[in-house]
Amino acid sequence: MIRTTLFSLLLVLLIPVHAADLRGTGDLALVIERASGSIQIIETTGNSSLGRIEGLGDLSHASAVYSRDERYAYIFGRDGGLTKVDMLTRKIVKRIMQAGNSIGGAISQDGSLVAVSNYEPGGVKIFDAATLALVADIPASYGDTKQTSKVIGLVDAPGQKFVFSLWDADEIWVADMSRPDKPSIQKFKDIGRNPYDALISPDGRYYIAGLFGEDGMALLDLWNLDAGVKRILDHYGKGEQKLPVYKMPHLEGWAMAGQYAFVPAVGRHEVLVIDTRNWSEAGRIKVHGQPIFVMARPDGRHVWVNFAIPNNDTLQVIDTQSLKIIKKLQPGKGVLHMEFEPRGEELWASIRDDDQLVVYDTESFEERVRLPANKPSGIFATVRAHKTGL
Amino acid sequence: MLKTPLFLVSLMLVSGLISEPALAEVAASRQSELMHLLKQDCGSCHGMTLKGGLGPALLPAQLEGKPTEYLVVTILEGHANTAMPGWKTMLSADDALWIARQLKQGISQ
Repeated sequence: MIRTTLFSLLLVLLIPVHAADLRGTGDLALVIERASGSIQIIETTGNSSLGRIEGLGDLSHASAVYSRDERYAYIFGRDGGLTKVDMLTRKIVKRIMQAGNSIGGAISQDGSLVAVSNYEPGGVKIFDAATLALVADIPASYGDTKQTSKVIGLVDAPGQKFVFSLWDADEIWVADMSRPDKPSIQKFKDIGRNPYDALISPDGRYYIAGLFGEDGMALLDLWNLDAGVKRILDHYGKGEQKLPVYKMPHLEGWAMAGQYAFVPAVGRHEVLVIDTRNWSEAGRIKVHGQPIFVMARPDGRHVWVNFAIPNNDTLQVIDTQSLKIIKKLQPGKGVLHMEFEPRGEELWASIRDDDQLVVYDTESFEERVRLPANKPSGIFATVRAHKTGL
Repeated sequence: MLKTPLFLVSLMLVSGLISEPALAEVAASRQSELMHLLKQDCGSCHGMTLKGGLGPALLPAQLEGKPTEYLVVTILEGHANTAMPGWKTMLSADDALWIARQLKQGISQ
């Protein structure tokens, strides 16, 4: 008895963590501060900043994915840096330079592998999520000369797969990593000119690449790979003059409500509505500028849109039942990215040129708070950990 | 890889479509706007440090042998059949010339 008590006492003395110090990570998010190579950790319960982690290199166009326990973030920098950070201690756990120039990444279904898509040298590298040791290297070589293509639109898919597109080669590749030492790759060719980004439906079934070099999008049904790539929306915009595209649109997640999916039109002031039952065009919504991110609130009732320069001071909200714009907000200069809180009652937006983050109530559209941030771009909430493709 | 043929640039020079480098000075306040645009917005494709991305690197070494006037035309008119848009709706010829010169000499990070 005495011995047990003493042991318990010893345990309490040995473990310096008190219940009050413990916290979860489910309400955390990170904000890329691209000019200073830092990230800010924020919490979305009280909407405050918890701190900053520095020394992440060139973070232009940086993005992040999360470990399945939502404790660690993997940040993909433009300079080829891959950094694993601890969201709780706010420290860099491990950082490697894995390529010369990279564009984004994904984490495998089981959380054991982190994949990075690279521009230079073009291809995908796959790392052990725990140690960041290299597991597989997949050069995106194509054609007779075996030149390598820039890789974009990398996502995870069920079955321990990664799917990605080759900008220069007009191909979509599906890499099955069930045996990490022996990736099995299936290639789909001539999918359309210059795929610029891609998304996967939340169930992990449909992979859709947007095309920059021609109209339409390339659809791959991962449940029926033998059917190959199907072109959708290919009559969209035929014969019309495109506007100069000052910023590539992003296809992130899947703005979906009921049977409709919402995607940005390239080089046009329009959001396209796709009927996912037959992949036909169900509508075009005139918007304020060239859309960049078209993101559905988690309940699917509204879709929020931001725009390319010179219209990047504005956000618009589309009602997915009426397909009408119901709100226009002008939070400041350089609205680069938006992120919903896990159940969608608030939205965070980064206002790059004003060095601010702004939080909106997504029902009343009232502004809740503004926080300082250094040239903020991407905002990534830990809830992404459990979403395929994010 | 010069997609706008150099002769076209010369033609434009001769025809006065773009003038010889010696245009009006760009005001200091405009210069800081342009540098911001160069790093942040050109940077979305060419990288914030201009080391390249979806678009090619724009460091002085890569631009060697490409005349300043050629860069000016590229900035204003874009390149057909590539992702490079023309920026003439947002930039004047003076602006483009100032940016082209910055690119040739290299920008500080």
